[in-house]
Amino acid sequence: MITKRIIPCLDVRNGRVVKGVNFEGVSDVSSPVELAKLYSESGADELVFYDITASFEGRQLFTDILREVASQIFIPLTVGGGINTVGDFDRVLKCGADKVSVNSGAIKNPSLISEAAKLYGDQCVVISADVKRVEGKFTVFSKGGRENTGMEAVEWIKRCVDMGAGEVVLNSIDTDGVKGGFDLEMLDAVCNAVAVPVIASGGAGCIEDFVTLFKTLPKVDAGLAASIFHFGEVKIADLKGKLKENNIPVRL
Amino acid sequence: MIAIVDYGVGNLFSLKSSFAAIGADARVTGNPEEIKTSDKIILPGVGAFEDAAEKLFSSGLADVVKDEAAKGKPIMGICLGMQLLFDKSFEYGEHSGLGLIKGEIRSISEVIPAELKVPHIGWNQLIFKGERHPIFKDLKDGDCAYFVHSFYGENCADSVIATAEYGAELTAAVAKGNVCGCQFHPEKSGAVGLKILNAFCEWRGM
Repeated sequence: MITKRIIPCLDVRNGRVVKGVNFEGVSDVSSPVELAKLYSESGADELVFYDITASFEGRQLFTDILREVASQIFIPLTVGGGINTVGDFDRVLKCGADKVSVNSGAIKNPSLISEAAKLYGDQCVVISADVKRVEGKFTVFSKGGRENTGMEAVEWIKRCVDMGAGEVVLNSIDTDGVKGGFDLEMLDAVCNAVAVPVIASGGAGCIEDFVTLFKTLPKVDAGLAASIFHFGEVKIADLKGKLKENNIPVRL
Repeated sequence: MIAIVDYGVGNLFSLKSSFAAIGADARVTGNPEEIKTSDKIILPGVGAFEDAAEKLFSSGLADVVKDEAAKGKPIMGICLGMQLLFDKSFEYGEHSGLGLIKGEIRSISEVIPAELKVPHIGWNQLIFKGERHPIFKDLKDGDCAYFVHSFYGENCADSVIATAEYGAELTAAVAKGNVCGCQFHPEKSGAVGLKILNAFCEWRGM
């Protein structure tokens, strides 16, 4: 039977992994290649690499680091940050990425999703949405959570899936970095609206948060987190063991 | 030397890297002579069947692969590459494959419950069928592999060596004589995947 995926996210800046609290005040954590190896060996099901400042400063991804990771680690790799054209897709796919996540680039130019899906297949295109409640409405933010687009989130995500996005990463800005658990209300709204895999992101603080996530929302396919893994607060092997105890299917 | 057949479909970086990781000499090549002199052949592939089949046949590499298969050379198809080994596919029409594995490729939507998502994407447990095939010799029950696909092999019961449960038992791997194929991606299936590739390197095709 298909297993729930645990996905460490490595936010990369200047070749190092960083993690911000509510996207502000980032602190250096470690080397992407070392962390990726460690995660892969400890049971991570997939890795996500984001160049967190790419869309803000227009910086290109560090493809040499990606290539190094992909030549040593044989689990699915998703890459995001600064993906604005199909040329950007091509660049990271050639360096060993399996999926490419689009965020600000798709907000600027939604047809990027359909163009990329046509060229590389739906399974390759991930829509990543940074979402925050604004006057009670789920609202999409761009540029790493800095800019309010005014778009309603569920509508936007549905539109992206219709255009060919094969997977959704839902980052709740409201719960990100707070470590008080995933944003179940927001995830439920998105899961009910789309028929592609949904990856929960933002808010994991402890193992119990993942148990609650998959128990409460069986439609969620994967849980993504960064700092709790980077700082060793949660070990992936322990997390998966606990999920199994709770009858949640995982790859051990 | 293992020839990873390059016929213009998909990303071969990970496949090449995973053979390098197990110390095997693998080359990405579209050169018929190099494929003919290789010890083993990997037929990769992602994307749509029709487009891939067209490229494989029009490049002449389909005949090379078939000739080498007939000579008894070990061949492994991966993902769409496995599907191309079959007689035909019903992915958007009806298209001929290499005919090395008896059976056809059909949409998984035809056999799984409507509430399950398509594609079948993620890590799923391999359920071994019949006598354990040599490419799975180092695996244990419960081992998982990474799948991404919307179509699957059907009417191939006599060559199924593993399945995966996803609302139905989907063909996960097939083998007939010296030809085998995996629907999942061994090059993305972590340590389990490397064990399969390593076993393939040791396999003599019987």
